[in-house]
Amino acid sequence: MHNHTLTELSALLRSRQISSVELTEHFLRRSEKYNANLNCYITLTADMALAQARSADAALRQGGAGPLTGIPIAHKDIFCTDGIRTSCGSRMLDNFIAPYDATVVARLQQAGMVLLGKTNMDEYAMGSSNENSYYGPVRNPWDQQRVPGGSSGGSAAAVAARLTPIATGTDTGGSIRQPAAMCGITGLKPTYGRVSRYGMIAFASSLDQGGPLARTAADAAMLLTAVAGFDPRDSTSADQAGEDYSAALTRDISGLRIGIPKQYFDANLAAEIKEIITTAVRQLERAGARVSEISLPNTHLSVPVYYVIAPAECSSNLARYDGVRFGYRCDQPQDLADLYCRSRSEGFGREVKRRIMTGTYVLSAGYYDAYYLKAQRLRRLIRDDFHTAFSNVDVIIGPTSPTTAFRLGEKVDDPISMYLNDIYTVSINLAGLPAISIPVGFVNGLPVGMQITGNYFSESRLLNVAHQYQQMTDWHKRMPAGFN
Amino acid sequence: MAWETVIGLEIHVQLSTRSKIFSGAATAYGAPPNTQACAIDLGLPGVLPVLNVEAVRKAIKFGLAIEATIANHSVFARKNYFYPDLPKGYQISQYEMPIVSRGKLAIILDDGTSKTIGITRAHLEEDAGKSLHEDFHGMTGIDLNRAGTALLEIVSEPEMRSAREAAIYMKKVHTLVRYLNISDGNMQEGSFRCDANVSIRPMGEAKLGTRTEIKNLNSFRFVEQAILHEINRQREILETGGQVAQETRLYDPDRNETRTMRSKEEANDYRYFPDPDLLTVAISPGDIELIRVELPELPDAKRQRFIGEYALTEYDSDYLTANREIADYFEQTASAALTVYASASQPHNHNTAKLSANTIMGELSAALNKHNLDITSSPVSPEMLGGMIRRIEDNTISGKIAKQVFEAMWNGEGDADTIIASRGLRQVTDSGMLEALVTEVINAYPDQVDQYRAGKDKVLGFLVGQIMKKSQGKANPQQVNDILREKLKP
Repeated sequence: MHNHTLTELSALLRSRQISSVELTEHFLRRSEKYNANLNCYITLTADMALAQARSADAALRQGGAGPLTGIPIAHKDIFCTDGIRTSCGSRMLDNFIAPYDATVVARLQQAGMVLLGKTNMDEYAMGSSNENSYYGPVRNPWDQQRVPGGSSGGSAAAVAARLTPIATGTDTGGSIRQPAAMCGITGLKPTYGRVSRYGMIAFASSLDQGGPLARTAADAAMLLTAVAGFDPRDSTSADQAGEDYSAALTRDISGLRIGIPKQYFDANLAAEIKEIITTAVRQLERAGARVSEISLPNTHLSVPVYYVIAPAECSSNLARYDGVRFGYRCDQPQDLADLYCRSRSEGFGREVKRRIMTGTYVLSAGYYDAYYLKAQRLRRLIRDDFHTAFSNVDVIIGPTSPTTAFRLGEKVDDPISMYLNDIYTVSINLAGLPAISIPVGFVNGLPVGMQITGNYFSESRLLNVAHQYQQMTDWHKRMPAGFN
Repeated sequence: MAWETVIGLEIHVQLSTRSKIFSGAATAYGAPPNTQACAIDLGLPGVLPVLNVEAVRKAIKFGLAIEATIANHSVFARKNYFYPDLPKGYQISQYEMPIVSRGKLAIILDDGTSKTIGITRAHLEEDAGKSLHEDFHGMTGIDLNRAGTALLEIVSEPEMRSAREAAIYMKKVHTLVRYLNISDGNMQEGSFRCDANVSIRPMGEAKLGTRTEIKNLNSFRFVEQAILHEINRQREILETGGQVAQETRLYDPDRNETRTMRSKEEANDYRYFPDPDLLTVAISPGDIELIRVELPELPDAKRQRFIGEYALTEYDSDYLTANREIADYFEQTASAALTVYASASQPHNHNTAKLSANTIMGELSAALNKHNLDITSSPVSPEMLGGMIRRIEDNTISGKIAKQVFEAMWNGEGDADTIIASRGLRQVTDSGMLEALVTEVINAYPDQVDQYRAGKDKVLGFLVGQIMKKSQGKANPQQVNDILREKLKP
């Protein structure tokens, strides 16, 4: 039952071959069973899930059901869920019961989906390994000594191990695509503004974007169709209706112009990964795509620019966690300064504090111009690189991550090396573009992801290319051992 | 040594929008603590601001009224600092690209001369909540009802040269925002308050002295007093060889002094940066024109018109245009008073206008003050007052009787005509009746008549008084005068 895609599950539910309650119970059982090892979930919401499944079954019986009705889902614990703890992977919000639903959550609930639980993540989405969670690291289902990637590591591992058919994630610098790559699944970061950020706890507001972590491009398309579209509660959400992202999946890709950035294939990229990506591109070429080399000359700037802008925004976004109104408050504060100082010192973890300090520094009087302002200028250069590239190609293809999943603890004391893991993903957020990561092979039993990037609002195209690739290959069907 | 004072004001005007600047919560004053604060005002995780367009419209109105530049693109920025009543740890304000810049406002000084004060900028921002230090047993309570209320911060150039000028400027801005109907201007409720930047320098010196900033002045009187006090304090320091410290000070109205709030070293680094949750505010010339046509007549224009159209004195015009409600009341009264005379060639009768002005500034304003009422809640409507003035003009009643009529109208006895009829106050103009009265009095006071005839003109007043008394005030005084003089002729 847990190997079905969303399309298959949808058909089974509508033809009443299975009920949502059966399906939900099945995934809850698996989640409970394997969570002890993988630590994918921070909170399982079994009772609520079963109640939602029962109403989904009623809707399915009465004919009021949509394509997603009755299908279970897990939300990254960054999305506010009314009445359910929303921790953001932090001690700071360990006691925070959100009093409202994020727009993404509300839309999927409206679509009839069943919430299994909230998935583990790097604290406040800051991390590339899911080791920065207050609730402990998530383990990669392909090798439990390894990280699942981050920050949406819980969602990626849960989908890979078939503990949920699909999950939501957020992506500020690669947090959907990199864990999707490391866990061998499909992860889509939509265009900035495509999916509402309302109720999605902010890390870096100008970069954050929610999206699906799924088994297939077709599944991701179904989910995106349900969540995309203008939200009056998010001023930065794009003022245009969503589309049916499933409609163009089957389109022929002959004539597709693929650009290969030469900067992505330099010495930093492991040779085995390079080989696998090249093979995958050749596969697309055989299906009629035309490949050319392109240049994204400012690629080397993207990590430093990102690690100025994202911390700057986070230092301000996280100022509200002050122990006054909600969240963690230190014991027996002596005065206001003590309340602030201890609540924040004790409530936040190391990486979050590192970024708050970096961000505070780059915005400070005397440093603003040299860091923040300069980073904003370089951000424009990075965006212009893509703009130029897209005048000649339809999609840009490269690796999602320079390495496969690394060992737990391997990089925790080396933040720079950890940050460099984001080299191929962060520039996409800086430019606000959509990109999808799909599994394209294995190195030493560990999945490798390929990133397909498109122009603004070209999600349909990306899903189409990814789907066509998945029609020709079966990497996305591989399942880690030990989860049957 | 002669010193020159340099003052700039930052006035915070609470805009009268029904909901907050970035959330849908209500803004009404005086609700129980934290009942008008929604998830957005509380700064809960995940919430996002959405700009209230009404606040933008009001800011543009202000900008147009001070002939300022309205930015085609303006940007909201975050001002970062920690304070318990600042829920997000930052205030959404505007920094580098304010919506309004480079305006000006003319003020009239006490000697009657006019001076133009430059307005550097006016920007939109959200207000913070309130810290409540009483009733919490050594702890502080937080009320977030005010958090997120729309403010317009109006920053002047340092062009005022005395405390009095600063107070006049502040009053002028107050009048203007009320005219524009962009704020209720209620100073007790904190809807209109200001910070004053004050420095002094030797007369003739070009370089500015070190300034201090006096925070949160919420009355015209306090602004003047606080600045006066601060000027004296700075002068004493400088004249004894000391240096003024750049700092923020608080004014204590009870002790009439300012004291240090925080020094320059303790000043926050606000780390302003553009708020990534909000888009750039784009305003097209077309949007601006649509708002321009909605602008009401502004105080200066109205004042000039009153002088020209109604032949009022500058003093009367100043008084009547000090706020829009009084000005409207006056114009309605004058037009109700004058129906009889109105014609295309003479749309206003200067005499009824003057009478209207006098009655409003006299009887009406006294009665309103006595009952602590606003002109908009006056029990005597402009139509009623105009009706009364018409009866003075057409000699139905005298000015003296009018006072009785006004009082009766105030007490709810109906309009002037009803009161004149029911109380029998109609002036006696029948010359036969009046001549009889005059004869009666002449006969009753032969000594006084002799005195008058001997050249003691003052006695005439006494005789007129007696006649008026006999008529119970209803005799037409002018007629009585004429008849009496005639009869006393030798």
